[in-house]
Amino acid sequence: MSVTTRNGMRDRMFAAFALVATTLLCFAFGRALLTVNDERIVVALLVTLAAGIVLAERRVTRAPDSALVRGAVSTAPAAVLLAIVALILVFHANHFALLLICTLLIYVTVALGLHLQFGYAGVLNFAGAAFFGIGCYTAAVLTQLAWLPHPVVMVLGGVFAALIGLALLPPVLRTRGHYASVVTIAFGVLFTTFLEINETFGGAQGMHVAGLSLFGFDMTRNIRLSPGVTLSFYFGYAVVALLLAVGAFALVTRIERSWIGLTLDAVRLDETRSACFGIDLARWKIFAFCLGNFIIGVAGALFGMLMSFIAPPNFSFSASLMLVAIIILGGIGNRWGVLLGATLIVLVPERLQTIQEYRVLLFAALIVGLLLIRPNGLAPRRMRRYFGEGSA
Amino acid sequence: MTNEAPLFESRGLSKRFGGLQALADVSFSVRRGEILGLIGPNGSGKTTLFNVVTGIYRPDGGAALLDGREIGGLRAQAIYRAGVTRTFQRCRLSTELSIFDELMIGAHKDLDLGFMANILHRKAFRAAFEEKREQARSLLAIFSAELAQRMFEPIARFPMIDRRRIEICRALISRPRLLLLDEPSAGMTHDETRQLMDDILETRRGNPELAVVIIEHEMPVIERVSDRCVVFNYGRKIAEGSYREVASDPQVQEAYLGTRHGAAA
Repeated sequence: MSVTTRNGMRDRMFAAFALVATTLLCFAFGRALLTVNDERIVVALLVTLAAGIVLAERRVTRAPDSALVRGAVSTAPAAVLLAIVALILVFHANHFALLLICTLLIYVTVALGLHLQFGYAGVLNFAGAAFFGIGCYTAAVLTQLAWLPHPVVMVLGGVFAALIGLALLPPVLRTRGHYASVVTIAFGVLFTTFLEINETFGGAQGMHVAGLSLFGFDMTRNIRLSPGVTLSFYFGYAVVALLLAVGAFALVTRIERSWIGLTLDAVRLDETRSACFGIDLARWKIFAFCLGNFIIGVAGALFGMLMSFIAPPNFSFSASLMLVAIIILGGIGNRWGVLLGATLIVLVPERLQTIQEYRVLLFAALIVGLLLIRPNGLAPRRMRRYFGEGSA
Repeated sequence: MTNEAPLFESRGLSKRFGGLQALADVSFSVRRGEILGLIGPNGSGKTTLFNVVTGIYRPDGGAALLDGREIGGLRAQAIYRAGVTRTFQRCRLSTELSIFDELMIGAHKDLDLGFMANILHRKAFRAAFEEKREQARSLLAIFSAELAQRMFEPIARFPMIDRRRIEICRALISRPRLLLLDEPSAGMTHDETRQLMDDILETRRGNPELAVVIIEHEMPVIERVSDRCVVFNYGRKIAEGSYREVASDPQVQEAYLGTRHGAAA
């Protein structure tokens, strides 16, 4: 009895320590990544980040039951969230830093949608940017209706992405593996071509999107709180993007830790076995594909408002490849890997301006190199725990 | 208690792959609580029969009846729900999943897959999870206390005999009426096979109504566990009866030894 209470005390202390340490580490890291101007230091930081994750991952796999590891893993979501909130507050007046944070959070959300489709159900979607674009264009068209509240516009962005995705389902369900992916590639290419030749949606010139306004706050202007404190107009976007990313992350976590997540794994891993135990393969692929596209579409609608201008090249096949690169780089099926992959892929080109022209080359080299060393990505998937760390 | 009608009946089941008649007009039945041994040389159609009965293949002719109800040609999912489960000759386990996860795939029809129940009502989900955990643990314990204890470890860590046990438990956890075992002793030593057969006989003691069809190459195993045998050759049933009757049947000996008048006794 007393031993267990003492263990409980020790566990709580380790957890509290881990929470504080991880929060500070993430905050300091994020701050440095966003503000340091010397590109060599940025490279050093990114390399440290990747190496740190690999080491942490190794420690977690080797000693999953040590008190410190359990404390660190169970408090990690709270720590990362706190660090991001702190970053948003610290950079409340810094347009550039906030824009980067917004972009990063939106890409995290999109990648979580793809993660649900590919990491769980095994449906590799090479048209991620197209569904993202459907969300953007929905926002462009629907924000013209002044009476429609913008949260509704965002939800509708997701709904349209999911609905248009339905059209892809018959060929996706009839084919397996790589062949289903080829169908999504075709759709992605069709989508940009359609936008370019169709004048209703601005053609190749693109479209203007009205800025987000929420509950009377117009997010196209800075907000003066008091004479000394002015919030950047990106501040509101950062808050909404964070809510969106947190919501998607929580949803994906709950799905993994449920019978639904298990069923999706079963579908991905062995279709014959799954059919022999009553699993309706089509139903679960539809579920993952539509829910994933919904998440991607909602994020797209917010992105459109954030950018205020969108054009077909934003949603090309190569943009889709970047999104797929996020989940492969991070570790297929690992939610934390998504966060990591998005950080690398969004921040590298933004922070390393000199290599911008070479960024596709760099990504290709990065992914090939990484898959040679770590075939399962930076943070490979871990065993399912239905109720988080420490539960059996 | 005494129900004359058989639990499962194959009436002239046939399956053809191009020019190969894999199953030709196969008829036999399985009674409740019976263990039926299915034997025959390689390529004689035993596994094809399992694949037809479980809905992986559609039969080209004939009928498969479970409790008098036609299940031939139904989807695999529907046949599972009707109460037929199986194991595979080459284990179909996802080795990166835990034993518990794999068993829950077998329990699919008993899981509540509603979005609310899984995502929002976590307290109710925990209760469901705990119930399933105990069910899985007690089922595994029949086969091995160690498996029950290490239920949340990945299957990759376990040897072949344990994987066979996991496959059998996955097939049993939904409380089927007909269990099809496809060569459970493949790739195991004699001792391991004996242990596994003990376990199978033990589960039957707890489930007197459960009917089992077992494909097996090792004759001593069949002799020990089966109540009755059916022998296949070239997709046809060539003999049926007790092990003793079947083993002394000249046609069976010919199928196995390949000689026309060999081993005359």
